[in-house]
Amino acid sequence: MELLNAYLSLAAKSIFVENILLAYFLGMCSFLAVSKKVETALGLGVAVIFVLTITAPTNWMINYFLLQEGALSWIGSAFDTVDLTFLTFITFIAVIAAMVQLVEMVIDRFSPTLYNALGIFLPLIAVNCAILGSSLFLVERDYGFDESLVFGFSSGAGFALAIVSMAAIRTKLEYANIPAGLRGLGITMLMTGLMAIAFLTFAGIQL
Amino acid sequence: MSSPATEIDVQREPVISFGKKERQALIDPFSDNNPITVQVLGICSALAVTTQFQLALTMTAAVIAVLVCSNVIISLLRNLIPPNIRIIVMLSVIASLVIVVDQVLKAFVYDIAVQLSVFVGLIITNCIIMGRAEAFAMANRPWPSLLDGLGNGIGYGVILCIVAFFRELLGSGNLLGFEVVPAMAYDAGYVDMGLMVIAPGAFIILGLLIWAQRTWSGYTEEG
Repeated sequence: MELLNAYLSLAAKSIFVENILLAYFLGMCSFLAVSKKVETALGLGVAVIFVLTITAPTNWMINYFLLQEGALSWIGSAFDTVDLTFLTFITFIAVIAAMVQLVEMVIDRFSPTLYNALGIFLPLIAVNCAILGSSLFLVERDYGFDESLVFGFSSGAGFALAIVSMAAIRTKLEYANIPAGLRGLGITMLMTGLMAIAFLTFAGIQL
Repeated sequence: MSSPATEIDVQREPVISFGKKERQALIDPFSDNNPITVQVLGICSALAVTTQFQLALTMTAAVIAVLVCSNVIISLLRNLIPPNIRIIVMLSVIASLVIVVDQVLKAFVYDIAVQLSVFVGLIITNCIIMGRAEAFAMANRPWPSLLDGLGNGIGYGVILCIVAFFRELLGSGNLLGFEVVPAMAYDAGYVDMGLMVIAPGAFIILGLLIWAQRTWSGYTEEG
């Protein structure tokens, strides 16, 4: 029960309080590009949840069993002091690219409907900074395997929540008379700012 | 390059020249084709590292180094890279460069590297680097690519520094660690804007900056 509470608390923290997009600015590029329609935003949101839930624990295992200082000691005591931390970036990005490809093939094989719905968003996710960012965060914050699973899923959920709400607002804005220079990127930035302020009210919530 | 004649002209061009095309590659990204405000690339890091001017400067230097090197390397390799695996080739070139930059930062300016935390690593997925590699370096020779990288890096840095300038000045009353707002002003009731230090301040400053820049350069976007 206590464990469940800890997980819920971590999930609430990464969805609302420390939203990966609104507090850490990760995944802004796709957020700005794909938030024009609610359906496409939802598609990207689901794809990001999916990939994050898989890559976060995978990268945790890679880090724990291969990259950390002393991680290779399972091969033999000669490897006790080997520290491959400097390879973190290139390994993580390779794992992410490979996982995205794998997920794409699996979905295509087992659920063509979902595959069509996600469409072009899946390959784009490989270069979404939210994915790499979460993997780097879970190393920096020393999460365990279970925590990184929860963290991956809820970070994705936080991203999906933000992008779907922004798409809903932007749909309404189509009929607004906005000053020429502010149209598009400018107004979206200002609205994201207001949304971030709204999300600040979640600060301090404990489950 | 429509006729064979121009093709030959291009071949005869000296390796390093500084004609109109090169000047454009270098100057355009400063304002008319700015990577952040017009091309909408690399927003993530532009917001995250701008709480302090010093962080923004370090990040700018790191991005310029990676961007120039990656543009040159990819431009040199452009005829050798098979088109269908180009993304993964670019990613590995960029990731290797970022590792070098990260190690250099950790060795020489450790305190700043710690504050930048994951955002140095995130240069890999910074869309400016991928975007310029894909849009420019894959189709141009090394020298113009170098200038394009330099121009876009500086264009990115200018925006970063402006945002950081306002956030640090309004948010904590300092610049590069020196107190700018005199103690007298605080005695008279001046209060720092806490909003500027946290995330929403960054969004709002950048939004207003985009508005100003686009009004000035006359660029508008539909929708």
